[in-house]
Amino acid sequence: MIPLSWYLIFAAALFSIGLFAVLARRNAIVILMGIELMLNAVNINLVAFWRYVNPELIAGQVFAVMVFAVAAAEVAVALAIFISIYRRRRSVSADEIDLMKW
Amino acid sequence: MTPVQILFILVAAVTLGAALMVVNARNLVHAALWLIVSFGGVAVFYAMLNAGFLAVAQVVIYIGAIAILMIFAIMMTRNVAGDSSPRFNSSQIIGLVLALALFAGLVWMTLSWSGATTTPMPLDSRADPISQLGSALVSPDGYVLAFELASILLLGALVGALMIAWDRK
Repeated sequence: MIPLSWYLIFAAALFSIGLFAVLARRNAIVILMGIELMLNAVNINLVAFWRYVNPELIAGQVFAVMVFAVAAAEVAVALAIFISIYRRRRSVSADEIDLMKW
Repeated sequence: MTPVQILFILVAAVTLGAALMVVNARNLVHAALWLIVSFGGVAVFYAMLNAGFLAVAQVVIYIGAIAILMIFAIMMTRNVAGDSSPRFNSSQIIGLVLALALFAGLVWMTLSWSGATTTPMPLDSRADPISQLGSALVSPDGYVLAFELASILLLGALVGALMIAWDRK
């Protein structure tokens, strides 16, 4: 049997990799991929706690489904913004998109 | 080591390795393909946790929709896919330290928590988790409000994405 801590440590590693992508990569699309990795790590935690702590309450799976929906909406809007920015500036590098930076 | 534990370690190694390749890849199309491998590994974990519906939804939504959408976006921003400018920004050391500190903190917290060694609760053999999930999503006592709000959010995101990406000439 797999103890709960294996899932939690795996999810922590996946979340940290996603966090590093968000903090350190220049390309905005890879930053978005990092956010997706972080959301996946959170989902693993939600489903693992559902399975190990209280499988009668379905709340963990419902939460994961909601995270799916929010992730899909977020990706659609973010990629539309990237395409729009690329059309104007010929770049999706996060450190060149600084119009609103003071 | 039981076979299930060996399977867990193999899938975890593939998933984390693919995630590292996503972070490290110079070519964006390669990053998107490694992202698909990583999503597939997460789907295997859902299946191992008896969440069959989520495993299928992971394949359909993340691999079938989100990753393909990302590949489309990479193709539409073509000349950045294989460019040779630096991959990481100037704060990459800070980012690495923060990510490692977060990982170390989470591992320390997990290992010092007494509940971390619990084994799975026995599933009620009469109750089917998929039908439970389905009725919880649409029952007024369950999560029907969140379900409807999620559908409105998706509609809003669809219209918003169209408006933003529209090329008005």
